[in-house]
Amino acid sequence: MRLADTLGMAVQAIVRNKLRSFLTTLGIIIGVASVVAMVHLGQSATRSVTEQIASIGSNLLFVMPGTAQRGPGGVRTSAEPFAMDDVEALRREIAGILVAPGLSRSTSVVLGNANETLSVEGTSNEYFTVRNHAVAQGRGFEAAEQRSGAAVCVIGQTVVDEMYGLQEPLGSTLRVGRTACQVVGVLEAKGQSMGQDRDKAVLMPIKAVQRRLVGELDVGVVYVSALVDGTTQRVQGEIEALLRQRRRLAEGEPDDFYVRDTQDIADALEQTTATLTILLGAIAAVSLLVGGIGIMNIMLVSVTERTREIGIRLAIGARSGDVQTQFLVESVLLATLGGLVGLLLGVGGTWLVTERLAMPFVLSPAVMALGFSFSVAIGVAFGYFPARKAARLNPIEALRHE
Amino acid sequence: MHALAGVDLTIRAGEFVAVMGPSGSGKSTCMNLLGCLDVPSAGEYRFCGVPVAGLSRDALALLRRHYMGFVFQSFNLLPRITALDNVALPLVYAGEGRERRRRRAMAALTSVGLAERAMATSSQLSGGQQQRVAIARALVTEPPLLLADEPTGNLDTARAEEIMGLLAALRADRDITIVMVTHEPDIAAHADRVLYFVDGRLTCDGTPAEVLA
Ligand SMILES: Nc1ncnc2c1ncn2[C@@H]1O[C@H](COP(=O)(O)OP(=O)(O)OP(=O)(O)O)[C@@H](O)[C@H]1O
Ligand SMILES: [Mg+2]
Repeated sequence: MRLADTLGMAVQAIVRNKLRSFLTTLGIIIGVASVVAMVHLGQSATRSVTEQIASIGSNLLFVMPGTAQRGPGGVRTSAEPFAMDDVEALRREIAGILVAPGLSRSTSVVLGNANETLSVEGTSNEYFTVRNHAVAQGRGFEAAEQRSGAAVCVIGQTVVDEMYGLQEPLGSTLRVGRTACQVVGVLEAKGQSMGQDRDKAVLMPIKAVQRRLVGELDVGVVYVSALVDGTTQRVQGEIEALLRQRRRLAEGEPDDFYVRDTQDIADALEQTTATLTILLGAIAAVSLLVGGIGIMNIMLVSVTERTREIGIRLAIGARSGDVQTQFLVESVLLATLGGLVGLLLGVGGTWLVTERLAMPFVLSPAVMALGFSFSVAIGVAFGYFPARKAARLNPIEALRHE
Repeated sequence: MHALAGVDLTIRAGEFVAVMGPSGSGKSTCMNLLGCLDVPSAGEYRFCGVPVAGLSRDALALLRRHYMGFVFQSFNLLPRITALDNVALPLVYAGEGRERRRRRAMAALTSVGLAERAMATSSQLSGGQQQRVAIARALVTEPPLLLADEPTGNLDTARAEEIMGLLAALRADRDITIVMVTHEPDIAAHADRVLYFVDGRLTCDGTPAEVLA
């Protein structure tokens, strides 16, 4: 018997019972679709985390007062804040880094009728480099403005969109708290990062925020960027040593500040998403297995239903092997079709979700190949038993079957 | 309890044998043995001199494929496929190519007078037509032995005579051995030889005139 004829018979059997074939293979469709979608979404989440971390600034360290649990969103306890002296010391003592101070205060920002409460951050010109967020229009802060704490600000794209609409922001005056503040620059658009809109920013010289908004000369956070790749570890150690010394911490006393490496956050997040991906993929694989059992179930029913047909085929010269191949090919074909449809659905679903959540759309040929070949393998594995049952039928008993 | 007991018989090439007997007397069992659909639990059956008992399932399948054609009382066509495809099916298992299959199946259908119904499915055919398709299917591989278990059992007298006419024409045309089970003496009268079974035993073996008398 020729392979083309075997295939033809299987196609005929599948097409003859379209609804049943569809329902039989639905389990495989759902299984493959969920495996493909889950693993792809996991990969795309990982990619998105990586991209966001990169966009925060490379080789970036956050230095904050207090102590913190490891991991994102750790609890911070209060401690002696930093002062500009600390920032200067870091700048002076540690080689190969860029340093920018940061001090934020949530306050009302008013332009004409538009009134919003925003987090206004005081910083220095280094911020634009250290935080990898460049000025797109206008300029940053001038040295004199930084020294005197002039009422100037650089604003993010979201603030422009929400408050200015079509108006020109450069040169306009914003009311920040009780200060009239001149807009001298607009930041490049960065989009969402780690669940925050980085474009919802109002930046001022730190001295301006200290004097005009906060009323104290503290520094809330120090951003440090290592200029050379791979030196963040060394820099972190040097920062810790220097700050312990400046804060007069005795040997054995715990740090009352902490240095957080964004790469660590990235690694932790990537680890988490990878674990989640494996978990979800495994659950989806179980549903694929259940789909295989569905195929076996229907194929067994089909063998019983078609017992007489099998008897006729055996009487007119089919060998057991021919019958076995026929049923095996049928279930493999069903599983393969289900695998293909599932693949398309899975990829389509991934695309929809990533589009909705503005995540990068990652297509992995390895995952698609794996999902597909898994479905074919399931067709073989779960088709084998019914096919063997069909092949072992006794010709006369099969012919007598009603 | 044996379905057949003490049956000793030889069927020669080219004979037309009718098998008769009351219901449950072992006629179908005898046919199944002759057709290698079943193997005897005791005793011996030689086909063309070869003892069948030692053959594997696959070897029996090959015997059926190349040497035997079956016609059943209940037609046993595959539903939902056309008459032509039904007739071509044995050729599929014989590994024939598609074109040759069509040609030979069409020729077989023509020989039973159903060429114009080639594209009909079995539900679109009358009983007599279905049985003619079944005969075409049994003959398409040109087997030397045709086994028919009550081929006219489900047909009225006119259709039955039609079928018998077909078999007669076949014998005139080609050197074929036919073994046919029937309950009707009129049908058995077409044969050269009649076997009569009672309770699994062969009680009469002779010409129709002798046995039916
Ligand atoms: N698979 C089987 N197992 C056991 N006994 C069987 C089997 N098939 C048939 N028999 C018995 O064998 C005997 C002969 O049956 P068979 O079918 O050959 O009769 P038959 O002459 O063809 O009858 P009918 O004219 O009704 O078709 C019967 O007694 C039947 O009950
Ligand atoms: Mg019978």
